[in-house]
Amino acid sequence: MTPWRPRLGACVGVVLRWYRFMTEKLKHSQRDEDIFVKALAARRHHRLAPVVLLLLALLTTGGVYAALAPSTAQAETVSTADIETGKKLFQANCATCHGSNAEGTDGVPSLVGVGAAAVDFQVSTGRMPMQMNGLQAMEKPRQMNEEQTAALAAYVASLGAGPAIPTDEQVDASLGDPSNGMALFRTNCAMCHNAVGAGGALSEGKFAPPLWDTSERNLYQAMLTGPQSMPVFNDANINPEEKRDIISFLVEQRDGSAGGASLGALGPVSEGLWAFVVGMGLLIGAAVWIGAKSS
Amino acid sequence: MAKQQRPNGVGKAADYLDQRTSIGVLVKEFARKVFPDHWSFMLGEIALFSFIVLIASGFFLTMFFEPSMALVRYEGEHPPSMEGQLMSAAFSSTVEMSFEVRGGLLMRQVHHWAALIFVFSIVVHMFRIFFTGAFRKPREVNWLVGAVMLILALAAGFTGYSLPDDVLSGNGLRIIDGVVKSIPVIGSWLSILVFGGEFPGHHIIPRLFTLHIFVIPGLLIALIALHLFLMVLQKHTQYPGGGRTDKNVVGYPALPVYVAKMTGNFFIIAGVLTLMGGTMAINNVWNYGPYDPSPVSAGTQPDWYILFVDGALRLMPGPGWEWVIGGYTLSMNLLIPALVVPGILFTLLFGWPFLEAKVTGDHKEHHVLDRPRNRPTRTGMGMAIIVAFVVCSLAATNDLIATHFSLDIFAITWTLRVLVFVGPVFAFWVTKRVCLGLQRKDRELVLHGHESGRIVRFANGEYIEVHTPLDEEERWLRVSYESPEPLEIQPLTDGRGVRRPGYRSDRRWQKLSRFFYEDRVSPVTPAEVEAAHSHGRHDEIEPGRHDEAEPKAPTGAGAVGGGPRHSD
Repeated sequence: MTPWRPRLGACVGVVLRWYRFMTEKLKHSQRDEDIFVKALAARRHHRLAPVVLLLLALLTTGGVYAALAPSTAQAETVSTADIETGKKLFQANCATCHGSNAEGTDGVPSLVGVGAAAVDFQVSTGRMPMQMNGLQAMEKPRQMNEEQTAALAAYVASLGAGPAIPTDEQVDASLGDPSNGMALFRTNCAMCHNAVGAGGALSEGKFAPPLWDTSERNLYQAMLTGPQSMPVFNDANINPEEKRDIISFLVEQRDGSAGGASLGALGPVSEGLWAFVVGMGLLIGAAVWIGAKSS
Repeated sequence: MAKQQRPNGVGKAADYLDQRTSIGVLVKEFARKVFPDHWSFMLGEIALFSFIVLIASGFFLTMFFEPSMALVRYEGEHPPSMEGQLMSAAFSSTVEMSFEVRGGLLMRQVHHWAALIFVFSIVVHMFRIFFTGAFRKPREVNWLVGAVMLILALAAGFTGYSLPDDVLSGNGLRIIDGVVKSIPVIGSWLSILVFGGEFPGHHIIPRLFTLHIFVIPGLLIALIALHLFLMVLQKHTQYPGGGRTDKNVVGYPALPVYVAKMTGNFFIIAGVLTLMGGTMAINNVWNYGPYDPSPVSAGTQPDWYILFVDGALRLMPGPGWEWVIGGYTLSMNLLIPALVVPGILFTLLFGWPFLEAKVTGDHKEHHVLDRPRNRPTRTGMGMAIIVAFVVCSLAATNDLIATHFSLDIFAITWTLRVLVFVGPVFAFWVTKRVCLGLQRKDRELVLHGHESGRIVRFANGEYIEVHTPLDEEERWLRVSYESPEPLEIQPLTDGRGVRRPGYRSDRRWQKLSRFFYEDRVSPVTPAEVEAAHSHGRHDEIEPGRHDEAEPKAPTGAGAVGGGPRHSD
């Protein structure tokens, strides 16, 4: 019942043999390489050779990257007609500030490379086209319908590669893990948006809006593109699954929390106010009533 | 018994007890104790009864709370956002008692609402005492007992707020840690002593737990007993009115009237607190998550009674106030708002009865309350303190004000920085003027009576408006108050021209006394009433004119109890 020792010995033997074989092979190959480099050095005579080599290397890297880079193609089929419609819409509604080719003007950002996600976020929440200059573009009823928004997004995306509109699966809250989402939200988002997304103040009258009415797609796009004062949380920073977890946590908050009326989920200040108005109001009212009931 | 009745069970039991303890004497004394009737005398009762609710609900919570900072993984299914997260046992047991224990969340919420109401009612009760002058001799000691209880209530609130070990309370503790560390010389050592090492350590939750459920409530119970004992011993104060003097108490006996009222009030208070706990969410710790020193969420504030310290911290400018002296850092930007500001508040609180007695030169006992208008400076100071407190508290909510009223947070901070100095002064001035105005109005009423709206033309063409004189109760209320005058002091030199020691100090007190009492409206004297009532020919037609030389005290409506004071 103890076949252990012999087996271990066999294993060790195999490993040792393999190791010896590999080290031999490695020494051999190194020798080969040395010969190759020497041969190359011997044959090299043109002084521009490094430049050519560098160019070749750059071209190869670029080519490989172009082939393997995450695709920024639109999820929906984007036709040239869409881009044309988008361009017209852009020139009618956006070009005044962003320039006729979306190149940006003084104090207004260029839209080359912002991607379809940024356009979809800004236009579908009504923030763009902007009503008036201010510290922050305000959310308002959307001015462009779904198709127009898609056309605008297609046009802007055609100007330069940028983040694409997320797929339905990427923003499906039911696939996310709210527990992980909460942990991420607490570290990355809560300092501006409040612990459960009730919103909060920023400097000089700017603010981080409440997140309960924001659609899942818009939540994803906001993280991806960092609109206004918001930082960008790219896929290296918070990966797509983690973004979905955060969405899942926020969607869960829409139903409010356990324990009754949430009082705005603003914490001790609103609790204190309610304690004073409702609690002290009722109790002092009762005291007055008891006091008036004289005898 | 006179009718040869056989004693029933209760009677027998009472008799049994009485024969062995003579408790009947005590019951008789208490049952006949007379209390004056006014709603504002029930504010302290709200504090007392919410404290009882606190003890009852807190007892329930200790059955399930685990005061430990040991790291555990949350196993429960609810809420989904906590599933499988690492947290301290304190946090985990708080969430578990909210979701797994029947009635646990209700009890937690009742406990927290009761805590907020407890401190609110203490503060409101103290302002009633302050504005009516109920802290004057012989009640200074009881005022001090009350002030100590206020501090204990704040301590109880803060330690309780910190126990669940969530992000919100952890941030609060971090601020406390910073404040402790800012204390010169001993700060760092003190912080290590408090937290048992570098913040947050592993000891703070069990330590706060012991304070929260044992030390502080124990002290509070002892002081409440002392507070009530002194109240019974010194008898209750009463509002001025017919038949009420410093030598009696006008009201109703404790049994059955006040026992019934108090019992009813207890049920109302317990009912309201339970209703709040059942319908309004409070401190949902799983919203904030388990404490970890890195995250701070927007809208992080302490419970309302600590807001003023947080606000002072937010108002204090940061740069330029951290001085490095000989390699040691002196953080004035923490010391001033977190220690000096509450220090001023509590010094005023503890010192006020003695300060006022000194500048008034008052050594008499007072059992009849002041109407706030009759002490314009005190009332003004009270309002100034309230305004300073409110401005500081608002400063702590600057981010919420900014988002809810679409304002610039910096503009709010700067406005409040100005208001924290200007506001109290302005409030003092306005209040004092309003009080003096009301006093003049009282004078006018006593001298000339109510306007009746009846215009009479005399045969010679003269018009007058007929005034209806005040009845005795109304007049008593308006003339029977003391209006102290600034202190008179001995001259600098005595008869032989020798300089008197202590003159300078007297002079300083006199200055303060002038600040208090220089602007005064003296109560109407009987002679003035007499003069006013016989100054014109039209007097003949005034209906039902009373011209007693002295406004007589009408007899009170209730029983007159208490009898002569011990001091008499």
